[in-house]
Amino acid sequence: MKLTEEQAQRYSRHFVLKEVGVSGQKKLLSAKVLVIGAGALGSSAIMYLAAAGVGTIGICDYDVVDISNLQRQIIHRTSSVGKEKVVSAEHAVGELNPDVQVVLHRQRLTADNIQGVIENYDFILDCTDRFETKFLINDGCVLSKKPYCHAGVVRFGGQVMTYVPEQGPCLRCLLGNVPEDSLTCAEAGVLGAVTGVIGSIQALEAIKYLLGIGQLLVGKVLRFDGLNVHMGVTNFAHSDEGCAVCGVNPTIKSLAENRSDYEIKSCGCGGV
Amino acid sequence: MVKINGAYIDAAGKTIAQYLSGTEYNLSRIAVERNGEIVPKSKYNEVVLFDGDCLEVVSFVGGG
Repeated sequence: MKLTEEQAQRYSRHFVLKEVGVSGQKKLLSAKVLVIGAGALGSSAIMYLAAAGVGTIGICDYDVVDISNLQRQIIHRTSSVGKEKVVSAEHAVGELNPDVQVVLHRQRLTADNIQGVIENYDFILDCTDRFETKFLINDGCVLSKKPYCHAGVVRFGGQVMTYVPEQGPCLRCLLGNVPEDSLTCAEAGVLGAVTGVIGSIQALEAIKYLLGIGQLLVGKVLRFDGLNVHMGVTNFAHSDEGCAVCGVNPTIKSLAENRSDYEIKSCGCGGV
Repeated sequence: MVKINGAYIDAAGKTIAQYLSGTEYNLSRIAVERNGEIVPKSKYNEVVLFDGDCLEVVSFVGGG
Protein backbone atom coordinates (compact mmCIF):
# COMPACT_ATOMS: atom_id res chain seq x y z
CA MET A 1 0.00 0.00 0.00
CA LYS A 2 1.37 3.40 -0.99
CA LEU A 3 0.00 6.49 0.68
CA THR A 4 -1.17 9.37 -1.50
CA GLU A 5 0.18 12.87 -1.03
CA GLU A 6 -3.10 13.90 0.54
CA GLN A 7 -2.89 11.00 2.99
CA ALA A 8 0.70 11.95 3.82
CA GLN A 9 -0.55 15.39 4.81
CA ARG A 10 -3.69 14.18 6.55
CA TYR A 11 -1.84 11.76 8.81
CA SER A 12 1.37 13.77 9.21
CA ARG A 13 0.89 14.12 12.98
CA HIS A 14 0.75 10.33 13.25
CA PHE A 15 4.03 9.99 11.37
CA VAL A 16 5.81 12.05 14.01
CA LEU A 17 4.78 9.50 16.65
CA LYS A 18 7.35 6.71 16.60
CA GLU A 19 4.69 4.30 17.89
CA VAL A 20 2.57 4.96 14.78
CA GLY A 21 4.63 6.17 11.82
CA VAL A 22 3.89 5.33 8.19
CA SER A 23 3.79 1.59 8.88
CA GLY A 24 1.29 2.08 11.71
CA GLN A 25 -0.87 4.27 9.49
CA LYS A 26 -0.96 1.53 6.89
CA LYS A 27 -2.08 -0.92 9.60
CA LEU A 28 -4.91 1.44 10.56
CA LEU A 29 -5.98 1.90 6.94
CA SER A 30 -6.16 -1.90 6.56
CA ALA A 31 -8.01 -2.45 9.84
CA LYS A 32 -11.68 -3.19 10.44
CA VAL A 33 -13.39 -2.00 13.60
CA LEU A 34 -17.06 -2.56 14.49
CA VAL A 35 -18.81 0.03 16.64
CA ILE A 36 -22.01 -1.34 18.17
CA GLY A 37 -24.22 1.62 19.00
CA ALA A 38 -24.17 4.99 17.22
CA GLY A 39 -25.30 6.85 20.33
CA ALA A 40 -23.29 8.87 22.82
CA LEU A 41 -20.26 6.60 23.28
CA GLY A 42 -20.35 5.68 19.60
CA SER A 43 -20.35 9.32 18.52
CA SER A 44 -16.90 10.17 19.83
CA ALA A 45 -15.50 6.69 19.22
CA ILE A 46 -16.56 6.62 15.57
CA MET A 47 -15.32 10.15 14.88
CA TYR A 48 -11.87 9.51 16.34
CA LEU A 49 -11.53 6.16 14.58
CA ALA A 50 -12.51 7.82 11.30
CA ALA A 51 -10.18 10.76 11.82
CA ALA A 52 -7.32 8.35 12.58
CA GLY A 53 -7.90 6.61 9.26
CA VAL A 54 -9.23 3.23 10.40
CA GLY A 55 -9.98 1.87 6.94
CA THR A 56 -13.23 0.06 7.60
CA ILE A 57 -15.67 1.06 10.32
CA GLY A 58 -18.78 -1.03 10.82
CA ILE A 59 -21.63 0.80 12.52
CA CYS A 60 -24.45 -1.20 14.08
CA ASP A 61 -27.66 0.47 15.26
CA TYR A 62 -31.36 0.23 14.48
CA ASP A 63 -32.53 3.46 16.07
CA VAL A 64 -33.36 6.85 14.54
CA VAL A 65 -32.00 10.22 15.65
CA ASP A 66 -34.19 11.94 18.23
CA ILE A 67 -33.76 15.57 19.21
CA SER A 68 -33.11 14.47 22.82
CA ASN A 69 -30.01 12.61 21.55
CA LEU A 70 -28.25 15.73 20.29
CA GLN A 71 -27.20 16.97 23.75
CA ARG A 72 -24.52 14.23 23.72
CA GLN A 73 -24.55 12.28 20.44
CA ILE A 74 -22.30 14.69 18.58
CA ILE A 75 -21.98 12.64 15.40
CA HIS A 76 -25.59 13.55 14.56
CA ARG A 77 -26.98 16.93 13.48
CA THR A 78 -30.28 18.72 14.03
CA SER A 79 -31.02 18.17 10.35
CA SER A 80 -30.68 14.39 10.96
CA VAL A 81 -33.58 14.14 13.43
CA GLY A 82 -35.84 11.32 12.25
CA LYS A 83 -33.13 9.71 10.10
CA GLU A 84 -31.51 6.37 10.80
CA LYS A 85 -28.51 6.78 13.11
CA VAL A 86 -26.34 4.56 10.91
CA VAL A 87 -27.03 6.80 7.89
CA SER A 88 -26.44 9.98 9.87
CA ALA A 89 -23.16 8.58 11.23
CA GLU A 90 -22.06 7.40 7.79
CA HIS A 91 -22.61 10.91 6.45
CA ALA A 92 -20.50 12.45 9.24
CA VAL A 93 -17.67 9.98 8.64
CA GLY A 94 -17.76 10.64 4.90
CA GLU A 95 -17.47 14.38 5.47
CA LEU A 96 -14.53 13.87 7.84
CA ASN A 97 -12.42 11.28 6.03
CA PRO A 98 -13.07 9.81 2.58
CA ASP A 99 -10.43 7.13 3.26
CA VAL A 100 -12.87 5.32 5.52
CA GLN A 101 -15.26 2.72 4.21
CA VAL A 102 -18.38 2.55 6.37
CA VAL A 103 -20.31 -0.69 6.60
CA LEU A 104 -23.85 -0.28 7.87
CA HIS A 105 -25.51 -2.91 10.05
CA ARG A 106 -29.10 -1.70 10.52
CA GLN A 107 -30.18 -4.43 12.85
CA ARG A 108 -30.80 -5.30 16.45
CA LEU A 109 -28.10 -7.70 17.54
CA THR A 110 -29.39 -10.98 18.92
CA ALA A 111 -28.06 -14.31 20.10
CA ASP A 112 -28.68 -15.57 16.56
CA ASN A 113 -26.92 -12.91 14.49
CA ILE A 114 -24.15 -11.28 16.53
CA GLN A 115 -21.42 -13.81 15.81
CA GLY A 116 -22.02 -13.48 12.06
CA VAL A 117 -21.61 -9.70 12.34
CA ILE A 118 -18.50 -9.58 14.51
CA GLU A 119 -16.58 -12.27 12.63
CA ASN A 120 -15.55 -9.80 9.91
CA TYR A 121 -13.87 -7.35 12.28
CA ASP A 122 -10.48 -7.07 13.98
CA PHE A 123 -11.78 -5.25 17.06
CA ILE A 124 -15.19 -4.38 18.45
CA LEU A 125 -16.41 -1.48 20.57
CA ASP A 126 -19.39 -1.93 22.88
CA CYS A 127 -21.04 1.49 22.77
CA THR A 128 -24.48 0.19 23.77
CA ASP A 129 -26.67 1.45 26.56
CA ARG A 130 -27.99 -1.65 28.31
CA PHE A 131 -26.38 -4.42 30.33
CA GLU A 132 -28.33 -7.12 28.47
CA THR A 133 -26.72 -6.07 25.18
CA LYS A 134 -23.33 -5.60 26.84
CA PHE A 135 -23.47 -9.22 28.03
CA LEU A 136 -24.58 -10.37 24.55
CA ILE A 137 -21.49 -8.65 23.09
CA ASN A 138 -19.25 -10.04 25.84
CA ASP A 139 -20.43 -13.61 25.44
CA GLY A 140 -20.41 -13.36 21.62
CA CYS A 141 -16.84 -12.03 21.62
CA VAL A 142 -15.66 -14.68 24.09
CA LEU A 143 -17.23 -17.53 22.07
CA SER A 144 -15.95 -16.08 18.76
CA LYS A 145 -12.52 -15.28 20.28
CA LYS A 146 -12.77 -11.59 19.35
CA PRO A 147 -11.16 -8.70 21.25
CA TYR A 148 -13.47 -5.91 22.32
CA CYS A 149 -13.69 -2.84 24.53
CA HIS A 150 -16.53 -2.53 27.05
CA ALA A 151 -17.73 0.79 28.42
CA GLY A 152 -20.64 2.16 30.39
CA VAL A 153 -21.57 5.71 31.31
CA VAL A 154 -24.25 7.49 33.28
CA ARG A 155 -24.56 10.90 34.96
CA PHE A 156 -20.99 12.20 35.33
CA GLY A 157 -18.94 9.03 35.10
CA GLY A 158 -18.35 5.60 33.70
CA GLN A 159 -15.96 2.72 33.22
CA VAL A 160 -13.93 1.12 30.44
CA MET A 161 -12.27 -2.28 30.14
CA THR A 162 -10.86 -4.30 27.27
CA TYR A 163 -11.16 -8.02 26.70
CA VAL A 164 -8.57 -9.89 24.65
CA PRO A 165 -9.08 -13.66 24.40
CA GLU A 166 -6.87 -15.70 26.74
CA GLN A 167 -5.26 -12.56 28.15
CA GLY A 168 -7.57 -11.46 30.95
CA PRO A 169 -11.03 -11.49 32.49
CA CYS A 170 -14.25 -10.85 30.58
CA LEU A 171 -17.21 -8.79 31.78
CA ARG A 172 -18.91 -11.94 33.09
CA CYS A 173 -15.82 -12.82 35.17
CA LEU A 174 -16.29 -9.50 36.95
CA LEU A 175 -20.06 -9.16 37.25
CA GLY A 176 -21.33 -12.74 37.06
CA ASN A 177 -24.91 -12.40 35.89
CA VAL A 178 -26.57 -9.57 33.97
CA PRO A 179 -27.39 -6.82 36.49
CA GLU A 180 -31.12 -6.57 37.03
CA ASP A 181 -31.48 -2.88 37.60
CA SER A 182 -29.21 -0.78 35.47
CA LEU A 183 -29.72 2.94 35.59
CA THR A 184 -30.17 4.24 32.06
CA CYS A 185 -29.20 7.67 30.79
CA ALA A 186 -32.88 8.45 30.23
CA GLU A 187 -33.68 7.79 33.88
CA ALA A 188 -30.53 9.10 35.55
CA GLY A 189 -29.29 11.70 33.09
CA VAL A 190 -25.85 12.04 31.54
CA LEU A 191 -23.57 14.88 30.56
CA GLY A 192 -22.43 14.74 26.95
CA ALA A 193 -18.82 15.69 27.63
CA VAL A 194 -18.53 12.67 29.95
CA THR A 195 -19.66 10.28 27.21
CA GLY A 196 -17.10 11.95 24.94
CA VAL A 197 -14.28 11.12 27.36
CA ILE A 198 -15.32 7.50 27.70
CA GLY A 199 -15.97 6.98 23.96
CA SER A 200 -12.57 8.54 23.16
CA ILE A 201 -10.86 6.08 25.50
CA GLN A 202 -12.62 3.24 23.67
CA ALA A 203 -11.30 4.53 20.33
CA LEU A 204 -7.83 4.77 21.88
CA GLU A 205 -8.03 1.15 23.04
CA ALA A 206 -8.96 0.05 19.49
CA ILE A 207 -6.09 2.02 17.94
CA LYS A 208 -3.53 0.69 20.46
CA TYR A 209 -4.73 -2.86 19.86
CA LEU A 210 -4.52 -2.47 16.07
CA LEU A 211 -1.02 -1.00 16.28
CA GLY A 212 0.17 -3.36 19.02
CA ILE A 213 1.44 -0.47 21.14
CA GLY A 214 1.28 0.54 24.78
CA GLN A 215 -0.86 -1.09 27.43
CA LEU A 216 -4.47 -2.05 27.01
CA LEU A 217 -7.13 -2.04 29.71
CA VAL A 218 -6.93 -5.84 29.78
CA GLY A 219 -7.35 -7.05 33.34
CA LYS A 220 -7.96 -3.45 34.35
CA VAL A 221 -11.10 -1.38 34.84
CA LEU A 222 -10.67 2.33 34.24
CA ARG A 223 -13.08 4.37 36.35
CA PHE A 224 -13.85 7.98 35.51
CA ASP A 225 -15.68 10.41 37.78
CA GLY A 226 -15.98 13.67 35.90
CA LEU A 227 -17.81 15.52 38.66
CA ASN A 228 -15.04 15.07 41.23
CA VAL A 229 -12.23 14.87 38.68
CA HIS A 230 -11.07 11.39 39.53
CA MET A 231 -9.70 8.81 37.13
CA GLY A 232 -8.33 5.52 38.41
CA VAL A 233 -7.56 1.99 37.30
CA THR A 234 -8.44 -1.11 39.33
CA ASN A 235 -6.57 -4.28 38.44
CA PHE A 236 -8.40 -7.55 37.95
CA ALA A 237 -5.39 -9.44 36.71
CA HIS A 238 -6.83 -12.95 36.55
CA SER A 239 -9.92 -14.38 34.91
CA ASP A 240 -12.45 -16.15 37.15
CA GLU A 241 -11.88 -19.87 36.62
CA GLY A 242 -15.54 -20.41 37.42
CA CYS A 243 -16.74 -17.88 34.81
CA ALA A 244 -19.83 -19.21 33.01
CA VAL A 245 -18.53 -18.24 29.56
CA CYS A 246 -14.70 -18.07 29.68
CA GLY A 247 -13.98 -20.26 32.72
CA VAL A 248 -12.51 -23.74 32.92
CA ASN A 249 -15.87 -25.52 32.63
CA PRO A 250 -18.14 -22.99 30.89
CA THR A 251 -21.89 -23.49 31.08
CA ILE A 252 -22.56 -20.99 28.26
CA LYS A 253 -21.43 -22.82 25.15
CA SER A 254 -23.82 -21.20 22.68
CA LEU A 255 -25.60 -17.87 22.69
CA ALA A 256 -28.85 -19.43 21.51
CA GLU A 257 -29.04 -21.66 24.59
CA ASN A 258 -28.56 -18.61 26.80
CA ARG A 259 -30.82 -16.19 24.92
CA SER A 260 -33.04 -15.26 27.86
CA ASP A 261 -30.03 -13.45 29.40
CA TYR A 262 -29.95 -11.02 26.50
CA GLU A 263 -33.62 -10.05 26.38
CA ILE A 264 -34.09 -6.41 27.25
CA LYS A 265 -35.74 -6.09 30.64
CA SER A 266 -35.05 -2.42 31.33
CA CYS A 267 -36.41 0.56 29.43
CA GLY A 268 -33.54 2.64 28.11
CA CYS A 269 -32.76 5.83 26.28
CA GLY A 270 -32.38 4.50 22.78
CA GLY A 271 -31.96 1.18 21.16
CA VAL A 272 -29.12 -1.02 20.07
CA MET B 1 -7.77 -3.56 59.40
CA VAL B 2 -8.74 -4.29 55.83
CA LYS B 3 -7.64 -2.01 52.99
CA ILE B 4 -10.77 -1.38 50.94
CA ASN B 5 -10.43 0.83 47.86
CA GLY B 6 -7.36 2.37 49.44
CA ALA B 7 -8.91 3.17 52.84
CA TYR B 8 -8.27 1.16 56.03
CA ILE B 9 -11.57 -0.12 57.39
CA ASP B 10 -12.34 -2.20 60.46
CA ALA B 11 -13.90 -5.10 58.56
CA ALA B 12 -11.73 -8.04 59.67
CA GLY B 13 -13.82 -11.04 60.66
CA LYS B 14 -16.74 -10.06 58.44
CA THR B 15 -17.66 -11.91 55.29
CA ILE B 16 -17.65 -9.88 52.10
CA ALA B 17 -21.47 -10.07 52.13
CA GLN B 18 -21.58 -8.70 55.69
CA TYR B 19 -19.24 -5.85 54.81
CA LEU B 20 -21.18 -4.97 51.65
CA SER B 21 -24.54 -4.99 53.46
CA GLY B 22 -23.39 -1.92 55.38
CA THR B 23 -22.56 -0.03 52.19
CA GLU B 24 -24.66 1.50 49.43
CA TYR B 25 -23.28 -0.72 46.68
CA ASN B 26 -25.77 -2.38 44.34
CA LEU B 27 -24.48 -5.95 44.51
CA SER B 28 -25.56 -6.88 40.99
CA ARG B 29 -23.43 -4.09 39.50
CA ILE B 30 -20.16 -4.54 41.37
CA ALA B 31 -16.98 -6.51 40.88
CA VAL B 32 -14.90 -7.44 43.93
CA GLU B 33 -11.24 -8.37 43.99
CA ARG B 34 -9.52 -9.68 47.13
CA ASN B 35 -5.74 -9.87 47.26
CA GLY B 36 -5.48 -9.92 43.48
CA GLU B 37 -8.20 -12.48 42.76
CA ILE B 38 -11.76 -11.91 41.60
CA VAL B 39 -14.32 -13.00 44.20
CA PRO B 40 -17.35 -14.52 42.42
CA LYS B 41 -20.72 -13.33 43.74
CA SER B 42 -21.52 -16.88 44.86
CA LYS B 43 -18.63 -16.63 47.36
CA TYR B 44 -19.57 -13.32 49.02
CA ASN B 45 -21.22 -15.23 51.86
CA GLU B 46 -18.23 -17.52 52.40
CA VAL B 47 -15.14 -15.34 52.06
CA VAL B 48 -14.08 -13.90 55.40
CA LEU B 49 -11.90 -10.80 55.49
CA PHE B 50 -8.66 -10.94 57.47
CA ASP B 51 -6.39 -8.29 58.88
CA GLY B 52 -4.12 -7.07 56.10
CA ASP B 53 -6.44 -8.13 53.26
CA CYS B 54 -6.73 -5.79 50.30
CA LEU B 55 -10.19 -5.44 48.77
CA GLU B 56 -11.18 -3.54 45.64
CA VAL B 57 -14.84 -2.91 44.91
CA VAL B 58 -15.74 -1.42 41.52
CA SER B 59 -19.24 -0.37 40.56
CA PHE B 60 -20.33 -0.63 36.92
CA VAL B 61 -22.87 1.47 35.07
CA GLY B 62 -24.76 0.34 32.00
CA GLY B 63 -25.61 3.47 30.01
CA GLY B 64 -24.05 4.45 26.75
